[in-house]
Amino acid sequence: MKSAVVVFPGSNCDHDMHHALNMLGHDAEYVWHKTADLSEYDLVALPGGFSYGDYLRAGAIARFSTIMKAVVGFAKSGKTVIGVCNGFQILVEAGLLPGALMRNANLRFICKQVYLKTENSDTRFSRAIPDQALQIPIAHGEGRYFIDPAGYESLQENNQIVFRYATPGNDVTEAANPNGSLDNIAGIVNREGNVLGMMPHPERAVESLLGSDDGRWIFESLTA
Amino acid sequence: MKVAVKIRLKKSILDPQGKAVHHALQNLGFDGINDVRVGKLIELEVPDDGTPETIHNMVEEASRKLLANTVIEDFEIEYLGEKA
Repeated sequence: MKSAVVVFPGSNCDHDMHHALNMLGHDAEYVWHKTADLSEYDLVALPGGFSYGDYLRAGAIARFSTIMKAVVGFAKSGKTVIGVCNGFQILVEAGLLPGALMRNANLRFICKQVYLKTENSDTRFSRAIPDQALQIPIAHGEGRYFIDPAGYESLQENNQIVFRYATPGNDVTEAANPNGSLDNIAGIVNREGNVLGMMPHPERAVESLLGSDDGRWIFESLTA
Repeated sequence: MKVAVKIRLKKSILDPQGKAVHHALQNLGFDGINDVRVGKLIELEVPDDGTPETIHNMVEEASRKLLANTVIEDFEIEYLGEKA
């Protein structure tokens, strides 16, 4: 599988994403945001960071960069798109995923390990995940997922909620919700199931030396 | 002419920033304030040669497309007239 890691001005998790994809056999290359053609790739990853300084709203300006037109076409063709952290924010701003990501409820930038419950293991991003909580770090100031009641209902009906913040024992509780996200939502897919957005950083959890390698399951699911 | 776009979080949406500011105001002794919501004000300078309608349509489209995220925010357009 050939993958593209999109680099925006202000991306800062692009090297981690490149490393994780390559390490797990997804043959990654960096692609500058002015690129208009993604036809040679099977997977596009939008990495974390602070594209365009998070000006206006996180992801609001990156969403209009040249490459995002190509990413929209790429997604509509059914190919795999994964957006992590700022990448998730760009995907919701671009309308490829529903909802919005708002300032954390406690107003702080939160950088810590969290645990994720896999709510839907029938997606291309989650099918190899074992039945246990994944330990994966978060690092964001704007990660509070919000969607209106009708949108929330539709997310549930279509099994689009993939990850929710949980305890190490895999229970979804209010105390396990780090940022005030609606219903502990940490990651969702689009209706078609080929676009994943998540606030936690699986690319920072692929080696046990760095505290956890649970993120590998997500990258390994792609070829499982 | 100058046009202002006022952007506010929708009423139903929790505004933790407003809550923090409210709390700080209470600590300073401003007991007469019941609630605080924080929004954004964006000023645009547009040429005067368009009709009010074309200017309005352009600003409305710009607001909808980029300046506001209508999933969580409402916007209001205000005409400030000639620039100083």
